[in-house]
Amino acid sequence: MFKIVNKKEIGPKVRAYEIYAPEVAKSARAGQFVIFRIDDKGERVPLTVAGTNPQKGLVKIIFQEVGKSTMHLASLCEGDYIKDFVGPLGHPTEIKKYGTVVAVAGGVGTAEVLPVIKEFKEVGNKIVTIVGARCKDLIILEDELKRESDLLLFATNDGTRGVKGFVTDVLKDVVGKEKVDIVYAIGPVPMMKAVAELTRAEHIKTLVSLNPIMLDGTGMCGACRVSVGGMIKFACVDGPEFDAHSVNWEELVSRLELFKSLEKISVDKFKYNQECKCHEK
Amino acid sequence: MSRKIKMPERDPEIRKRDFKQVNTGYTRDEMLKEAGRCLQCKKPTCIGGCPVEIDIPGFIKHLAGNDTARALKVLKQKNNLSAVCGRVCPQENQCEKLCILAKKGESVCIGNLERYAADVAIENSDDKMATEKNGIKVAVVGSGPAGLACSGDLLKMGYDVSVYESLHNSGGVLRYGIPEFRLPKEVLDREIDNLKKLGMRIVLNTLIGRTKTIKELFDDRYKAVFIAVGAGLPVFPGITGENLNHVYCSNEFLVRVNLMRSYDFPDYDTPVYKGKSVVVVGGGNTAMDSARTALRLGAGSVKLIYRRTEKEMPARKEEWLHAKEEGIEFITLTNPIKFIGDEKKFVKAVECVKMELGDYDDSGRRRPQEVKGSNYTIEADAVILALGLHPNPILPLLTEGLNTDSRGYIIIDDNYMTSISGVFAGGDIVGGDTVIEAMGMGKKAARAIADYLKNI
Repeated sequence: MFKIVNKKEIGPKVRAYEIYAPEVAKSARAGQFVIFRIDDKGERVPLTVAGTNPQKGLVKIIFQEVGKSTMHLASLCEGDYIKDFVGPLGHPTEIKKYGTVVAVAGGVGTAEVLPVIKEFKEVGNKIVTIVGARCKDLIILEDELKRESDLLLFATNDGTRGVKGFVTDVLKDVVGKEKVDIVYAIGPVPMMKAVAELTRAEHIKTLVSLNPIMLDGTGMCGACRVSVGGMIKFACVDGPEFDAHSVNWEELVSRLELFKSLEKISVDKFKYNQECKCHEK
Repeated sequence: MSRKIKMPERDPEIRKRDFKQVNTGYTRDEMLKEAGRCLQCKKPTCIGGCPVEIDIPGFIKHLAGNDTARALKVLKQKNNLSAVCGRVCPQENQCEKLCILAKKGESVCIGNLERYAADVAIENSDDKMATEKNGIKVAVVGSGPAGLACSGDLLKMGYDVSVYESLHNSGGVLRYGIPEFRLPKEVLDREIDNLKKLGMRIVLNTLIGRTKTIKELFDDRYKAVFIAVGAGLPVFPGITGENLNHVYCSNEFLVRVNLMRSYDFPDYDTPVYKGKSVVVVGGGNTAMDSARTALRLGAGSVKLIYRRTEKEMPARKEEWLHAKEEGIEFITLTNPIKFIGDEKKFVKAVECVKMELGDYDDSGRRRPQEVKGSNYTIEADAVILALGLHPNPILPLLTEGLNTDSRGYIIIDDNYMTSISGVFAGGDIVGGDTVIEAMGMGKKAARAIADYLKNI
């Protein structure tokens, strides 16, 4: 059993938890992920590690309520326990000095990019972070990002913060102004795909952290397979980071659609049961 | 000579709709009759066919005298998982094949008797064995058949055994791979509980290599490590459309159903697609398990495609007979060459080609070759690929000095020791194949580990 030690709401439907898992906290590096399972009936859900505190044995995860399991997790309180928490899984980010690193993040990817840029900065890279959101109210962790970045830029769909448009608009501007040695993108698939298309044309090495459907997370089931450079790769053991220009994005997008209709059944059932509980109270 | 007593089975028309056990087990009278058939040979040949060297006539003798407790005691001298082995061992290729009665007619049903003894005696539960503990710590990595067999023997020798498991439940392939209708989880749980009573500690959610390294295990004062991490990355055929939606590797399909209980979705959270026309590719036990599981989830039709003939199928005969009785359609001498998807990238058909058998290959089987121009398509809304697995790469990759062969299997010497002193390995990760083979390796490794620990 793994205790939820801290719970914070850091944005609309976005929560940061600190889970007591000392061995994971000790071993986890930037770019790796964990898999949690709430209870005996729960599914195994992968989440990128958003930070660790090895002294206190804590692992930080940040998630958005998008499906049944994240809604369920969000409904738990400080002091509650979840059944399973395994990690760190996947390869850590290869940290080295490139020069200028541009990190592009959207959604909860904004949280997940933090440990990565932190480590890139520590070895002497210049960090330009570009954050995308629908509007300014959905931007999370601005202070932390500012601390770890030499330059922090925003793109919002409605123009309430930074450039009105997409992260790629900002990225285009950045690569036009300075030499970028590597781009690291994490967030929604359409965003990562758009970044990949832009940097391919610019010949800039680009890494993406992929989030396919996953089951065991230890290289056993093949659920998380992605085509990279025409070869099958398993995100759980070969990834989760891959060369953005070699990923078959179209296939990744379609594979993420696999259980959409069943996921909805699960969410509806959860919401219904939640409502019932409220009436009882 | 009396005929063997057949294992009672549930009606195929009924059993194919649920996950309850297919083989219901002998009654006491059936057991007594079958045990009475054993000739109690002076020089029993059957034992030579058992990878864990069970004293077969010994346990059967007690059964014939209706003393299940003593029968189980004899079994437990060699085998900590009799209830499992009685169900899933390919006895027909092992002990029963060498039974003297097999030459004259029908062998004693050794597996059925083993199962009876284990099932009945578990209910009387008298298998707590007091062993003096020596306080020496051994870590076992992986809680599948090899790991459990090794643990059991080490525990009985007095070692302090901790088993590390990456998943959230123990048992390895016995839990995530073999379906409930062949090996009920309840039976597995009882067997594992018995090992826990002997002092086995299971540490779940721990991926050795990532959560903790082998070196860190030694830092934690473990004196030896046994690696039994099993098979890993699934084999894909490398043909067009293999990543379409609803094209699954058998491991994914079976993990969803067996480990995650997706047949109870949405009560359980993990979904599985219950196909209408399911095509399974492969001819091993995993292919049979996948096909029969798909049927039980409610598929209208399940077709099993295999590139050779039934004669060459690696699956146990019992399994493919059961599969056929339940209505799985076997399409042999056929191979998929392409999976065809709809506009949303969900599989809708399998393009196949007919095969014919050519010359004999290294495995002693005739090599299948394509019949040119024989292509045709089979409609399918789900495909399950049961084409085998590569060894799991994680631990070798993350353990400096742990040598593997060109295919990724961990290299061991005659004493099951790897290239790292004090680190042993067995089961699928060294190229094992079946549950019982893995268990046999686990047992032999336990002996080797004990010898090693006595000499350091």
